Amino acid sequence: MIEPRKLEPMTPEQTELYRQRQRSRNKVLGIVLISFAILFFAISIVKITAQTGGAG
Amino acid sequence: MESGQTLPLPADWRDFFALTKPRVMTLVIFTGICGLLAAPGTIHPVIAFTAILCIAVGAGGAAALNQWWEADLDAGMKRTAARPVPAGRMDRTSARDFGFALSGGSVFTMGLGVGWLAAAILAFSIFYYAWIYTVWLKPRTPQNIVIGGGAGAFPPLIGWIAVTGDITLMPVLLFLIIFMWTPPHFWALALFVQIDYAKVGIPMMPVVAGERSTRHQIAAYAVALLPVTLAPWWIGGAGVIYGVTALVLGLVFAALSIKVGLRVSVPSDGMKPEKQLFKFSILYLFVLFGMLVIDRLATVQGWQ
Repeated sequence: MIEPRKLEPMTPEQTELYRQRQRSRNKVLGIVLISFAILFFAISIVKITAQTGGAG
Repeated sequence: MESGQTLPLPADWRDFFALTKPRVMTLVIFTGICGLLAAPGTIHPVIAFTAILCIAVGAGGAAALNQWWEADLDAGMKRTAARPVPAGRMDRTSARDFGFALSGGSVFTMGLGVGWLAAAILAFSIFYYAWIYTVWLKPRTPQNIVIGGGAGAFPPLIGWIAVTGDITLMPVLLFLIIFMWTPPHFWALALFVQIDYAKVGIPMMPVVAGERSTRHQIAAYAVALLPVTLAPWWIGGAGVIYGVTALVLGLVFAALSIKVGLRVSVPSDGMKPEKQLFKFSILYLFVLFGMLVIDRLATVQGWQ
Protein backbone atom coordinates (compact mmCIF):
# COMPACT_ATOMS: atom_id res chain seq x y z
CA MET A 1 0.00 0.00 0.00
CA ILE A 2 0.93 3.64 -0.34
CA GLU A 3 2.91 5.11 2.53
CA PRO A 4 1.50 8.60 2.98
CA ARG A 5 4.65 9.87 4.69
CA LYS A 6 6.79 9.31 1.60
CA LEU A 7 4.50 11.40 -0.59
CA GLU A 8 5.01 15.03 -1.43
CA PRO A 9 2.17 17.37 -0.56
CA MET A 10 0.09 18.27 -3.60
CA THR A 11 -0.05 21.75 -5.06
CA PRO A 12 -3.51 23.39 -5.17
CA GLU A 13 -3.72 22.66 -8.91
CA GLN A 14 -2.93 18.98 -8.33
CA THR A 15 -5.48 18.82 -5.55
CA GLU A 16 -8.08 20.36 -7.83
CA LEU A 17 -7.33 17.78 -10.58
CA TYR A 18 -7.50 14.99 -8.01
CA ARG A 19 -10.88 16.18 -6.77
CA GLN A 20 -12.15 16.55 -10.33
CA ARG A 21 -11.26 12.92 -11.08
CA GLN A 22 -12.98 11.78 -7.91
CA ARG A 23 -16.12 13.80 -8.68
CA SER A 24 -16.44 12.47 -12.24
CA ARG A 25 -15.91 8.92 -11.02
CA ASN A 26 -18.50 9.36 -8.29
CA LYS A 27 -20.96 10.74 -10.80
CA VAL A 28 -20.55 7.82 -13.19
CA LEU A 29 -20.72 5.28 -10.37
CA GLY A 30 -23.89 6.97 -9.09
CA ILE A 31 -25.52 6.75 -12.50
CA VAL A 32 -24.51 3.07 -12.77
CA LEU A 33 -25.94 2.24 -9.35
CA ILE A 34 -29.24 4.06 -9.98
CA SER A 35 -29.56 2.29 -13.36
CA PHE A 36 -28.90 -1.01 -11.61
CA ALA A 37 -31.66 -0.31 -9.07
CA ILE A 38 -34.09 0.60 -11.87
CA LEU A 39 -33.16 -2.56 -13.79
CA PHE A 40 -33.77 -4.78 -10.77
CA PHE A 41 -37.06 -3.02 -10.08
CA ALA A 42 -38.14 -3.64 -13.68
CA ILE A 43 -37.07 -7.30 -13.55
CA SER A 44 -39.01 -7.76 -10.30
CA ILE A 45 -42.16 -6.23 -11.77
CA VAL A 46 -41.92 -8.44 -14.86
CA LYS A 47 -41.38 -11.58 -12.75
CA ILE A 48 -44.17 -10.77 -10.31
CA THR A 49 -46.57 -10.01 -13.16
CA ALA A 50 -45.68 -13.29 -14.86
CA GLN A 51 -46.24 -15.23 -11.62
CA THR A 52 -49.64 -13.73 -10.96
CA GLY A 53 -50.67 -14.53 -14.53
CA GLY A 54 -50.67 -10.90 -15.55
CA ALA A 55 -53.62 -10.10 -13.29
CA GLY A 56 -53.91 -6.71 -11.66
CA MET B 1 13.29 8.32 -6.45
CA GLU B 2 10.30 8.77 -4.22
CA SER B 3 10.88 12.46 -3.55
CA GLY B 4 8.99 13.85 -6.57
CA GLN B 5 5.90 11.65 -6.08
CA THR B 6 2.51 12.80 -4.97
CA LEU B 7 -0.55 10.69 -4.30
CA PRO B 8 -1.29 8.88 -7.61
CA LEU B 9 -4.31 10.18 -9.50
CA PRO B 10 -7.32 7.89 -9.49
CA ALA B 11 -7.90 6.45 -12.98
CA ASP B 12 -10.36 8.32 -15.16
CA TRP B 13 -13.72 6.58 -15.62
CA ARG B 14 -13.18 6.70 -19.38
CA ASP B 15 -10.18 4.42 -18.93
CA PHE B 16 -12.35 1.91 -17.09
CA PHE B 17 -14.74 2.08 -20.02
CA ALA B 18 -11.86 1.57 -22.47
CA LEU B 19 -10.83 -1.51 -20.48
CA THR B 20 -14.04 -3.26 -21.58
CA LYS B 21 -12.92 -3.08 -25.26
CA PRO B 22 -16.08 -1.27 -26.43
CA ARG B 23 -15.34 -1.90 -30.12
CA VAL B 24 -15.17 -5.66 -29.68
CA MET B 25 -18.32 -5.35 -27.59
CA THR B 26 -20.35 -4.04 -30.54
CA LEU B 27 -19.89 -7.38 -32.31
CA VAL B 28 -20.68 -9.24 -29.07
CA ILE B 29 -23.87 -7.22 -28.55
CA PHE B 30 -24.89 -7.61 -32.18
CA THR B 31 -24.44 -11.40 -32.34
CA GLY B 32 -26.06 -11.74 -28.90
CA ILE B 33 -29.13 -9.81 -30.05
CA CYS B 34 -29.26 -11.88 -33.23
CA GLY B 35 -29.21 -15.14 -31.27
CA LEU B 36 -31.94 -13.79 -29.03
CA LEU B 37 -34.14 -12.59 -31.90
CA ALA B 38 -33.63 -15.66 -34.08
CA ALA B 39 -34.62 -18.08 -31.32
CA PRO B 40 -38.12 -19.56 -31.36
CA GLY B 41 -40.38 -18.45 -28.51
CA THR B 42 -41.02 -15.18 -26.78
CA ILE B 43 -39.13 -13.20 -24.19
CA HIS B 44 -40.22 -10.10 -22.28
CA PRO B 45 -38.37 -7.02 -23.60
CA VAL B 46 -37.04 -6.19 -20.10
CA ILE B 47 -35.63 -9.71 -19.71
CA ALA B 48 -34.22 -9.57 -23.25
CA PHE B 49 -32.52 -6.27 -22.42
CA THR B 50 -31.13 -7.77 -19.22
CA ALA B 51 -29.75 -10.77 -21.12
CA ILE B 52 -27.96 -8.60 -23.70
CA LEU B 53 -26.67 -6.26 -20.99
CA CYS B 54 -25.25 -9.20 -19.05
CA ILE B 55 -23.62 -10.68 -22.16
CA ALA B 56 -22.03 -7.29 -22.92
CA VAL B 57 -20.91 -6.59 -19.35
CA GLY B 58 -19.57 -10.14 -19.00
CA ALA B 59 -17.55 -9.66 -22.19
CA GLY B 60 -16.31 -6.35 -20.78
CA GLY B 61 -15.26 -8.04 -17.56
CA ALA B 62 -13.39 -10.74 -19.46
CA ALA B 63 -11.68 -8.05 -21.55
CA ALA B 64 -10.60 -6.20 -18.39
CA LEU B 65 -9.21 -9.39 -16.86
CA ASN B 66 -7.40 -10.09 -20.13
CA GLN B 67 -5.74 -6.65 -20.03
CA TRP B 68 -4.85 -7.03 -16.37
CA TRP B 69 -3.05 -10.28 -17.16
CA GLU B 70 -1.42 -9.12 -20.38
CA ALA B 71 -0.35 -5.61 -19.37
CA ASP B 72 3.35 -6.46 -19.90
CA LEU B 73 2.74 -7.96 -23.33
CA ASP B 74 0.48 -5.09 -24.36
CA ALA B 75 3.19 -2.59 -23.41
CA GLY B 76 5.48 -4.18 -26.00
CA MET B 77 3.12 -3.94 -28.96
CA LYS B 78 2.38 -0.77 -30.91
CA ARG B 79 -1.28 -1.71 -31.37
CA THR B 80 -1.91 -2.15 -27.62
CA ALA B 81 0.69 0.01 -25.84
CA ALA B 82 -1.80 2.87 -25.37
CA ARG B 83 -4.27 0.74 -23.37
CA PRO B 84 -4.95 2.14 -19.87
CA VAL B 85 -2.77 -0.26 -17.85
CA PRO B 86 0.38 -0.46 -20.03
CA ALA B 87 0.19 3.31 -20.62
CA GLY B 88 0.26 3.86 -16.85
CA ARG B 89 -3.10 5.60 -16.59
CA MET B 90 -4.45 2.86 -14.32
CA ASP B 91 -2.85 0.52 -11.78
CA ARG B 92 -3.13 -3.22 -12.36
CA THR B 93 -5.11 -3.88 -9.19
CA SER B 94 -7.90 -1.58 -10.33
CA ALA B 95 -8.10 -3.37 -13.68
CA ARG B 96 -8.23 -6.76 -11.93
CA ASP B 97 -10.91 -5.73 -9.44
CA PHE B 98 -12.95 -4.03 -12.14
CA GLY B 99 -12.77 -7.19 -14.28
CA PHE B 100 -13.85 -9.46 -11.44
CA ALA B 101 -16.68 -7.11 -10.42
CA LEU B 102 -18.09 -6.91 -13.95
CA SER B 103 -17.78 -10.68 -14.45
CA GLY B 104 -19.38 -11.58 -11.14
CA GLY B 105 -22.08 -8.92 -11.42
CA SER B 106 -23.09 -9.92 -14.94
CA VAL B 107 -23.31 -13.65 -14.12
CA PHE B 108 -25.28 -12.98 -10.94
CA THR B 109 -27.71 -10.62 -12.68
CA MET B 110 -28.15 -13.04 -15.59
CA GLY B 111 -28.97 -15.84 -13.14
CA LEU B 112 -31.52 -13.83 -11.17
CA GLY B 113 -33.10 -12.02 -14.09
CA VAL B 114 -32.93 -14.42 -17.02
CA GLY B 115 -32.05 -17.96 -15.96
CA TRP B 116 -29.27 -20.00 -14.41
CA LEU B 117 -28.45 -22.02 -17.55
CA ALA B 118 -27.71 -18.81 -19.47
CA ALA B 119 -25.79 -17.54 -16.41
CA ALA B 120 -23.73 -20.74 -16.17
CA ILE B 121 -22.77 -20.55 -19.85
CA LEU B 122 -21.91 -16.85 -19.45
CA ALA B 123 -19.71 -17.71 -16.45
CA PHE B 124 -18.02 -20.45 -18.43
CA SER B 125 -17.44 -18.14 -21.42
CA ILE B 126 -15.73 -15.55 -19.15
CA PHE B 127 -13.59 -18.26 -17.55
CA TYR B 128 -12.83 -19.63 -21.02
CA TYR B 129 -11.63 -16.26 -22.32
CA ALA B 130 -9.86 -14.98 -19.21
CA TRP B 131 -8.23 -18.22 -18.08
CA ILE B 132 -8.24 -21.02 -20.69
CA TYR B 133 -7.44 -18.63 -23.54
CA THR B 134 -5.54 -15.66 -22.06
CA VAL B 135 -3.56 -17.32 -19.30
CA TRP B 136 -3.21 -20.89 -20.42
CA LEU B 137 -3.26 -21.42 -24.18
CA LYS B 138 -2.49 -18.08 -25.86
CA PRO B 139 1.18 -18.09 -24.85
CA ARG B 140 1.54 -21.83 -25.54
CA THR B 141 0.06 -22.74 -28.91
CA PRO B 142 -0.19 -21.19 -32.37
CA GLN B 143 -3.75 -22.52 -32.48
CA ASN B 144 -4.54 -19.83 -29.84
CA ILE B 145 -6.79 -17.93 -32.23
CA VAL B 146 -8.87 -21.02 -32.91
CA ILE B 147 -9.36 -21.41 -29.17
CA GLY B 148 -9.90 -17.68 -28.62
CA GLY B 149 -12.56 -17.78 -31.31
CA GLY B 150 -14.51 -20.05 -29.01
CA ALA B 151 -14.84 -17.20 -26.52
CA GLY B 152 -16.27 -14.87 -29.15
CA ALA B 153 -18.68 -17.59 -30.27
CA PHE B 154 -20.63 -17.67 -27.01
CA PRO B 155 -22.86 -14.52 -27.31
CA PRO B 156 -25.39 -15.82 -29.89
CA LEU B 157 -25.54 -19.13 -28.01
CA ILE B 158 -26.29 -17.35 -24.73
CA GLY B 159 -28.81 -15.03 -26.42
CA TRP B 160 -30.64 -18.01 -27.88
CA ILE B 161 -30.66 -19.93 -24.59
CA ALA B 162 -31.96 -16.84 -22.74
CA VAL B 163 -35.13 -17.28 -24.81
CA THR B 164 -35.51 -21.05 -25.04
CA GLY B 165 -33.97 -22.14 -21.73
CA ASP B 166 -32.41 -25.24 -23.28
CA ILE B 167 -29.54 -26.14 -25.60
CA THR B 168 -30.53 -27.46 -29.03
CA LEU B 169 -28.64 -27.96 -32.29
CA MET B 170 -29.37 -24.46 -33.66
CA PRO B 171 -27.56 -22.42 -30.96
CA VAL B 172 -24.64 -24.85 -31.17
CA LEU B 173 -24.49 -24.22 -34.94
CA LEU B 174 -24.42 -20.46 -34.32
CA PHE B 175 -21.52 -21.09 -31.95
CA LEU B 176 -19.71 -23.17 -34.57
CA ILE B 177 -20.19 -20.50 -37.26
CA ILE B 178 -18.29 -17.87 -35.25
CA PHE B 179 -15.81 -20.50 -34.09
CA MET B 180 -14.90 -21.41 -37.68
CA TRP B 181 -15.03 -17.80 -38.86
CA THR B 182 -12.52 -16.45 -36.35
CA PRO B 183 -9.31 -18.12 -37.65
CA PRO B 184 -9.50 -16.76 -41.22
CA HIS B 185 -10.72 -13.41 -39.84
CA PHE B 186 -7.90 -13.03 -37.34
CA TRP B 187 -5.06 -14.66 -39.29
CA ALA B 188 -5.76 -12.26 -42.15
CA LEU B 189 -5.07 -9.48 -39.62
CA ALA B 190 -2.10 -11.35 -38.15
CA LEU B 191 -0.53 -11.59 -41.62
CA PHE B 192 -0.25 -7.83 -41.87
CA VAL B 193 0.67 -7.07 -38.22
CA GLN B 194 2.85 -10.15 -37.49
CA ILE B 195 5.98 -8.25 -36.49
CA ASP B 196 4.33 -7.02 -33.29
CA TYR B 197 3.41 -10.46 -31.99
CA ALA B 198 6.87 -11.87 -32.71
CA LYS B 199 8.41 -9.13 -30.56
CA VAL B 200 6.50 -10.10 -27.38
CA GLY B 201 6.81 -13.87 -27.89
CA ILE B 202 3.16 -14.73 -28.51
CA PRO B 203 3.14 -17.73 -30.87
CA MET B 204 0.89 -16.33 -33.59
CA MET B 205 0.46 -18.72 -36.47
CA PRO B 206 2.32 -16.65 -39.11
CA VAL B 207 5.28 -16.32 -36.71
CA VAL B 208 5.47 -19.99 -35.72
CA ALA B 209 4.26 -21.99 -38.70
CA GLY B 210 5.23 -19.48 -41.33
CA GLU B 211 3.16 -17.49 -43.76
CA ARG B 212 2.61 -20.33 -46.21
CA SER B 213 1.04 -22.65 -43.67
CA THR B 214 -1.10 -19.82 -42.24
CA ARG B 215 -2.40 -18.97 -45.68
CA HIS B 216 -3.34 -22.58 -46.35
CA GLN B 217 -5.16 -22.76 -43.02
CA ILE B 218 -7.09 -19.56 -43.74
CA ALA B 219 -8.39 -21.11 -46.95
CA ALA B 220 -9.17 -24.43 -45.23
CA TYR B 221 -11.22 -22.81 -42.45
CA ALA B 222 -13.12 -20.58 -44.89
CA VAL B 223 -14.06 -23.57 -47.06
CA ALA B 224 -15.06 -25.66 -44.03
CA LEU B 225 -17.16 -22.72 -42.76
CA LEU B 226 -19.46 -22.84 -45.80
CA PRO B 227 -21.29 -26.12 -44.96
CA VAL B 228 -21.54 -25.08 -41.29
CA THR B 229 -23.31 -21.84 -42.24
CA LEU B 230 -25.64 -23.78 -44.56
CA ALA B 231 -26.52 -26.35 -41.88
CA PRO B 232 -29.25 -24.20 -40.21
CA TRP B 233 -31.05 -24.14 -43.57
CA TRP B 234 -30.66 -27.89 -44.12
CA ILE B 235 -31.96 -28.86 -40.69
CA GLY B 236 -34.90 -26.49 -41.09
CA GLY B 237 -33.80 -24.10 -38.34
CA ALA B 238 -33.71 -21.24 -40.86
CA GLY B 239 -35.44 -20.58 -44.17
CA VAL B 240 -34.48 -19.81 -47.74
CA ILE B 241 -33.70 -16.11 -47.09
CA TYR B 242 -30.95 -17.12 -44.69
CA GLY B 243 -29.86 -20.06 -46.83
CA VAL B 244 -29.30 -18.08 -50.02
CA THR B 245 -27.51 -15.29 -48.12
CA ALA B 246 -25.23 -17.81 -46.41
CA LEU B 247 -24.44 -19.45 -49.74
CA VAL B 248 -23.59 -16.20 -51.54
CA LEU B 249 -21.60 -14.73 -48.63
CA GLY B 250 -19.83 -18.03 -48.04
CA LEU B 251 -18.75 -18.35 -51.67
CA VAL B 252 -17.33 -14.81 -51.69
CA PHE B 253 -15.59 -15.41 -48.34
CA ALA B 254 -14.13 -18.70 -49.58
CA ALA B 255 -12.99 -17.08 -52.84
CA LEU B 256 -11.23 -14.22 -51.01
CA SER B 257 -9.67 -16.71 -48.57
CA ILE B 258 -8.44 -19.00 -51.32
CA LYS B 259 -6.90 -15.98 -53.06
CA VAL B 260 -5.05 -15.16 -49.83
CA GLY B 261 -4.33 -18.85 -49.28
CA LEU B 262 -2.53 -19.40 -52.57
CA ARG B 263 -0.69 -16.11 -52.69
CA VAL B 264 2.97 -15.54 -51.95
CA SER B 265 3.45 -12.05 -50.62
CA VAL B 266 6.42 -9.94 -51.59
CA PRO B 267 7.61 -7.00 -49.51
CA SER B 268 5.97 -3.70 -50.48
CA ASP B 269 2.87 -5.29 -52.06
CA GLY B 270 0.83 -3.70 -49.27
CA MET B 271 -0.89 -6.98 -48.30
CA LYS B 272 -4.02 -5.81 -50.13
CA PRO B 273 -5.84 -9.16 -50.47
CA GLU B 274 -5.29 -9.82 -46.75
CA LYS B 275 -6.70 -6.43 -45.77
CA GLN B 276 -9.61 -6.97 -48.14
CA LEU B 277 -10.31 -10.38 -46.60
CA PHE B 278 -10.16 -8.92 -43.08
CA LYS B 279 -12.64 -6.15 -43.94
CA PHE B 280 -14.98 -8.51 -45.73
CA SER B 281 -14.90 -10.98 -42.83
CA ILE B 282 -16.45 -8.35 -40.53
CA LEU B 283 -19.14 -7.46 -43.06
CA TYR B 284 -19.74 -11.18 -43.61
CA LEU B 285 -20.57 -11.87 -39.99
CA PHE B 286 -22.82 -8.82 -39.58
CA VAL B 287 -24.83 -9.60 -42.72
CA LEU B 288 -25.04 -13.35 -42.02
CA PHE B 289 -26.44 -12.89 -38.51
CA GLY B 290 -28.63 -9.98 -39.57
CA MET B 291 -30.21 -12.13 -42.26
CA LEU B 292 -30.79 -14.91 -39.74
CA VAL B 293 -33.01 -12.49 -37.81
CA ILE B 294 -34.77 -11.20 -40.95
CA ASP B 295 -35.35 -14.81 -41.99
CA ARG B 296 -36.93 -15.57 -38.61
CA LEU B 297 -39.14 -12.45 -38.86
CA ALA B 298 -40.24 -13.49 -42.36
CA THR B 299 -41.17 -16.94 -41.08
CA VAL B 300 -43.14 -15.53 -38.16
CA GLN B 301 -44.96 -13.18 -40.54
CA GLY B 302 -45.75 -16.10 -42.87
CA TRP B 303 -43.82 -14.66 -45.82
CA GLN B 304 -41.94 -17.90 -46.46
